[in-house]
Amino acid sequence: MTFFTEENLELAHEIIGRYPKQRSAMIPLLHLAQEQSGWVTEEAMKQIGVLVGTSSAEVLGTCSFYEMFKRHEVGKYVVNICTTMSCALLGAEELLEHAETRLGIKAGSTTSDGLFTLEGAECQAACTEAPCLQVNYRHQYRVTPSDFDQLIDELADPNNEETPRHGVLAQIRQHIPVERSVGAVHPDLVNVPPVWIEEKKEANS
Amino acid sequence: MPDSQPNAVSVTINGTQIEAEAGELVIAAADRNGVHIPRFCYHERMSSVGMCRMCLVEVDTGRGPMLQPSCMISVTDGMIVDTESDQTKRAQEGILEFLLINHPLDCPVCDKGGECPLQDQTVAYGPGESRFIEEKRHYEKPIPISDLVHLDRERCILCDRCTRFADEVAGDPLIQFTERGNETQVLTFPNEPFSSYFSGNTVQICPVGALTAAPYRFKARPWDLEQVESTCTTCSVGCRVAVQSSRNELVRYLGVDIDPVNHGWLCDKGRFDFEAIKSPNRLETPLIRDPNDKDQLIETTWGAALAASADAIKEARSGKIGVIGGSRLTNEDAYAWAKLAGSVIGTNNVDAQLGDGLPGKVVLGLPGATIDEACSADTVLVIGPDLKEELPILHLRLRGAAKKKKVKVVEITPLQTGVSSYAHRSIVCRSGEAAKTLKSLLTSDDELSQEIRSGSVVVILGRSSLAESALPAIEVASVITEELPKAKFLVALRRGNVRGAIDMGLSPGLLPGRVPLENPNDEIKKIWAKVPTVEGLDTAGMLRAAADGQLDVLILVGADPLVDFPDQDLANRGLRGAKFVVAIDNFPTLSVANADVVLPATAYGEKGGTTTNIEGRVSRLAQLVTSPSAARDDWMIASELAWRLGGDLKFSSMEEIWSEIEQVAPSHNGITLEKIWADETRDGILITETSIQLAIEPSGETPVVDGYGLRLISGRKLYDAGTQTSNCASLSALAQDAELRVNPTELERLGIQDGSEVTIISTKATGVAIAIADESIPRGTAVLPFNNPGIRANLFINSELPVTDIRIETR
Repeated sequence: MTFFTEENLELAHEIIGRYPKQRSAMIPLLHLAQEQSGWVTEEAMKQIGVLVGTSSAEVLGTCSFYEMFKRHEVGKYVVNICTTMSCALLGAEELLEHAETRLGIKAGSTTSDGLFTLEGAECQAACTEAPCLQVNYRHQYRVTPSDFDQLIDELADPNNEETPRHGVLAQIRQHIPVERSVGAVHPDLVNVPPVWIEEKKEANS
Repeated sequence: MPDSQPNAVSVTINGTQIEAEAGELVIAAADRNGVHIPRFCYHERMSSVGMCRMCLVEVDTGRGPMLQPSCMISVTDGMIVDTESDQTKRAQEGILEFLLINHPLDCPVCDKGGECPLQDQTVAYGPGESRFIEEKRHYEKPIPISDLVHLDRERCILCDRCTRFADEVAGDPLIQFTERGNETQVLTFPNEPFSSYFSGNTVQICPVGALTAAPYRFKARPWDLEQVESTCTTCSVGCRVAVQSSRNELVRYLGVDIDPVNHGWLCDKGRFDFEAIKSPNRLETPLIRDPNDKDQLIETTWGAALAASADAIKEARSGKIGVIGGSRLTNEDAYAWAKLAGSVIGTNNVDAQLGDGLPGKVVLGLPGATIDEACSADTVLVIGPDLKEELPILHLRLRGAAKKKKVKVVEITPLQTGVSSYAHRSIVCRSGEAAKTLKSLLTSDDELSQEIRSGSVVVILGRSSLAESALPAIEVASVITEELPKAKFLVALRRGNVRGAIDMGLSPGLLPGRVPLENPNDEIKKIWAKVPTVEGLDTAGMLRAAADGQLDVLILVGADPLVDFPDQDLANRGLRGAKFVVAIDNFPTLSVANADVVLPATAYGEKGGTTTNIEGRVSRLAQLVTSPSAARDDWMIASELAWRLGGDLKFSSMEEIWSEIEQVAPSHNGITLEKIWADETRDGILITETSIQLAIEPSGETPVVDGYGLRLISGRKLYDAGTQTSNCASLSALAQDAELRVNPTELERLGIQDGSEVTIISTKATGVAIAIADESIPRGTAVLPFNNPGIRANLFINSELPVTDIRIETR
């Protein structure tokens, strides 16, 4: 039942505290869960349900809606090669085929050493830089097959620290000080306008 | 329907001008005016979501006609709606073509075929052909999502009805849309089934065959079904149902939407317990104690069984006869038994309740409220059993009202219940001390106290725990009448027609028609051969008298005191102490096995009549199938016995009995058979009149706390080892084994391992159960379900005391 580490559980409570409705913390907690184990496990979803006061089915419903929450174990690096229009015109298919040969896996699967998961992906909004790909959602532009090989070599180096493993959102954790927090007041119970409106008024006058 | 203002707006639908309420949805306004707009996702008892787009119609609000989903827009003054225009038809054809892209069209093997909205509307509004030639989407079919419901995702059109119901109405969001886009599908969380008490409703409202009910799968085709409208008697809420049979066998119940009671919903117990009626365990022939082997019951004829019973009654000393039970009966049956006991046998030892409710005089004497009044009061005080377990649809109605902020629910309870999740305030009190807690709340300067006092109040009152006597609940009533004199009561009695049986006089001190025994009305004196004058004993009193050799004959009319009376020891001594026990029942229950004569009675669906729900609402029961055996209606058995006792009940049909009730019972005066059978009385006829003046004498006693013990709290679960559930194949497996739930700190204090076997010790008995640590159980208490498989709580309960304390020890 307990999925989150003690440290993350504390963080989870802090995250929940940022929202007037506990349920609103569901997606941030899913991110936290993915950060902890690289993907979102069933245990994680169950615990998030308990933490935000919903059923685990509801957490699954939300989690499964988003492609970027992985519900199966993935490699340390998830490589998404864009296969949409611009990239397709500029060699995405060849790049994907090269990647499959180089990694020895089909798109959608993970290498046996657990390092790489390869995926064909939809447009990554970098059409001027086609063909492009993402490693753990970090862009690489105008990728040639040899660029790809070099990239894989760099990533496979155990000393590589530039790209954090899949699931890590940020390497610097942001904390919201208590005085800046909105506070866990249920919207139905709010009967005065937010403080900042008054502050703005004062500043403007 | 959104909150509507009283001001009306004028809308033109298909060229006809109609008046609609401001804020009303176009589709609802059309419905009310007889214009049908096709729909899949819209349901009048749930919020609109605009998922299916089937209800697109052309709407002109001054900017020219355009297609709009009629379930998502409200009427405005001067709006022109066309539900039959060419544009609308094109839209409907388009939507159906889309919906059928992935629908498998496996109608010949689909349970819904013949009553399927998708099938019907495809014929009525569809294009007739599809341009789609690609492979359809495939899923494993069907997958069970619970013990009762199967899901076929290929057939699903993603209308969001089931998921919306689960979340919005039932409050069990265990099914959800998962994945997205073309992959979207309804699913549960892995290994967490859709175990809602209300899951069957999703099957009924599914507009395709995606959800099917396990007990009905492949049992019948809709065009083979015979149907009557009736009232569910599984509990005393009295939900309206359509009872369906095929080849003289009950196969399905469907909820019928009536405004004052069930809004179309049923609980799963009510929906699926028809299986019990066709159970092979039903009693089929009269049984009599074998003269050669006293341990055995043997088959006999009706004549012999009735004669033996009549002889025993004749031989009994005057006034030493008792009739226990009657809440399984119809009103007519109950009246016949009340007349037999009063007019022929001459006793008032009658009690439809088994020491697990409240005295009949209290039930009839408290000012009554309806379910609607409860759902629109400013405050509802719930002090009684867990409504979710005992009166599920009342729970559903109350939850709906609370969620829409129409009512503030305040609960005073010894432990968390199904109500707690939507209660404005849930106050935990020590079992047996609700009155004290209520009094201190009402006399405190708590804001809530002022809020309660300043508005209308309905109290849902019952026994919070069967390990408490009725006293604590009566104390609550007395505090309320003192502090909140305007409050009305909805008495939470559980058994099917318990209210009707009390109305018919099956309660000590009462005569038919809510009349006190000491003040009989003229009609009854005219019609009954004699009217008892001495107030009789209640069930506990009768059992006690029988145990002491003071009662010669006990007649059990659909009653199983060994299982249902809170004190098994007393029930046991009572049944053994009586010289002769007659049992009239549907099933060979534990008490039946102890009887000297057993008479099989007809069951639900096998007889017509009327029933009365907790509000006092009389509604019709209908007969649909014939009894599979020699079973007889309960009133016939009463008539036969009367005749053998030298009396005559003077009626030969249900209708004649009702006519006599209408005459004899002052509260029922004027409710003629014609009125009962009129179409307008589908909602039932609410009877509020009562001649009972309530005089509550508060005892002022507070139960003594035994410092070493744990106070026992025991309530019924929806699925338990009760006769109906355990004879119903689909439901019996759902009854969880009885476990003793205790706060973890108590277990720790006693050095007991969570999940280990413990010995339960009370003044009555010693027994073994598994102890489970449960944070939600207050300290100092122990919770054991009343009648779940394994161990019964009534082994331990001492019904003579206001509360029962137990000790537990490691084994």
